[in-house]
Amino acid sequence: MATRIACFGGVYSNYLALGAAIRSARDRGAEAIYCLGDLGAFGPHPDRAFPILREAGVHCIQGNYDHSVGHELDDCRCGYTDPRDNYFAQISFDYTLANTSAANRRWLQSLPPQMRLQLGPAKLLLCHGSPRKVNEFLWESTTPTHFLDKLADDHAADLILATHTGIHWQRQLARGRSFVNVGALGRPENDGRTNVWYTLVEHSPSGGLLVDFVPVEYDHLRLAREMAAERLPDEFQQTILTGWWTTCLEVLPSKERRRGRF
Amino acid sequence: MTSASSISAWHASSPPGEVPISHLDDLWFQVTGTLCNLSCRHCFISCSPKNDAFGYLSLDEVRRRLEESLPLGVKEYYYTGGEPFLHPDMTAILCETLRYGPATVLTNGTICKHEWLETLARAEAASLYSLEFRVSLDGFSPETNDPIRGEGTFERAMRGVAMLVEHGFLPIITAARTWNDARDASVVAAFVETLKSVGYKRPRIKILPTLRLGAESTRTHGYADDERVTREMMAGFDATQLICEHSRTVTDRGVCVCPILIESPDARLGDTLSESLRPYEMRHGACSTCYQHGAICSNPSRGNGAR
Repeated sequence: MATRIACFGGVYSNYLALGAAIRSARDRGAEAIYCLGDLGAFGPHPDRAFPILREAGVHCIQGNYDHSVGHELDDCRCGYTDPRDNYFAQISFDYTLANTSAANRRWLQSLPPQMRLQLGPAKLLLCHGSPRKVNEFLWESTTPTHFLDKLADDHAADLILATHTGIHWQRQLARGRSFVNVGALGRPENDGRTNVWYTLVEHSPSGGLLVDFVPVEYDHLRLAREMAAERLPDEFQQTILTGWWTTCLEVLPSKERRRGRF
Repeated sequence: MTSASSISAWHASSPPGEVPISHLDDLWFQVTGTLCNLSCRHCFISCSPKNDAFGYLSLDEVRRRLEESLPLGVKEYYYTGGEPFLHPDMTAILCETLRYGPATVLTNGTICKHEWLETLARAEAASLYSLEFRVSLDGFSPETNDPIRGEGTFERAMRGVAMLVEHGFLPIITAARTWNDARDASVVAAFVETLKSVGYKRPRIKILPTLRLGAESTRTHGYADDERVTREMMAGFDATQLICEHSRTVTDRGVCVCPILIESPDARLGDTLSESLRPYEMRHGACSTCYQHGAICSNPSRGNGAR
């Protein structure tokens, strides 16, 4: 049984950050690596992430994007309600679907929506948005502790790990349980820094789970050049180059929005 | 057969769609009942300075409901009216709510005070949770807004927006679509420019459909008898788009299904939150607007996630 694992979500076709995160996780002694979904979106050359994941033996679950690309749906089912958010989401989805091979689409179809693990005595539940909805946004500033306690009760989990929002955070819950949003590898966190994040979870011999958020530097200049060559929107490249979100901003609650520039 | 009897025959063969609540995500408070400082011509519950059909909720009553919401795992708290800031304890109510979870207040923005906003900005900074202001406007100029909301309300609301921005808030400007759908993009662009001109550099805007109830039903027209959600229409429909699937509204007369229908007797579902968590039959024309547009009352940050 593993005692230290690495988890990340939202690769968003950022295969350069993916490679860097896997190297970092191994250097830090992760015995298994888990991806919480959304392999495509936003970045260039979606097919480049798949062999990296397979060669590293990363265990993947299916995000809303993977479901939509896998089944060739008409949009990403990201859950945005504002037309300005949906405008850029659609550009990203159309590009990603058109550039994901049939074999990789089939593989995306086959991914499980959730995964359960044991880490020491702790029961872990890995999901994409939340245990109840693949595209639920669990933002730190709009997710009450008593709501997370109820999720942990309803789904019999000591630690729930999710992604989907693209910003990492964690909360201690009742009876030693906890919730962790593992962040995303695909784009920086709207804080003016170009690095991305993944999460290490360790069962400590002294009891309890240790959670460590790990920053990952990667060749973001190269990624931005490749995005430009693929004629992805300049707004996407600016996010990679500056660390500030420029699109899909209306879905942010006010606390998270205020931390950004736009 | 007359057309009226045709419609009733059609209804008899098409029972209303029934919506079970999956989880109480959003808890609404009709905190000032139907009392408002304005008398907007499109108000779906005809709020006004004189409409006391629904009264205020006290701070103690709100606190009791917040406690009641904890074991149910409520996710977000919304305050509406009427105009919430007519309530003498509104600042205290929002400060208290931020101890439990995220709070949103729907205001017309015309009676904001600096001292309230200073207190609220401090409370939000000390809380884990967001405090959202939703400010209602109905046009990007006095010429388009004031005929609906009242003389001088545009300027007053814009002063309110400027005051909120000055205190560090990012209000969501909501507007009921009183223009043709095709003009959405140009109306939103004009709103953005107007808001920037009062110092709101990154305006958040939410466009809502009008609800042909209350005052709006006389301003334009009400719902036709066949504008209803039938059981057949629910087959294959993602019910999570409907507010009654995940919300309830606390009023001074008990717990209602949603903030839109409080004036309908069948909307009252019980005295306690737990009692109110039973299926609701969508018998009203307004239900068809919710069915058609989805997520009309919630904040954009909630998303429209499907199960």
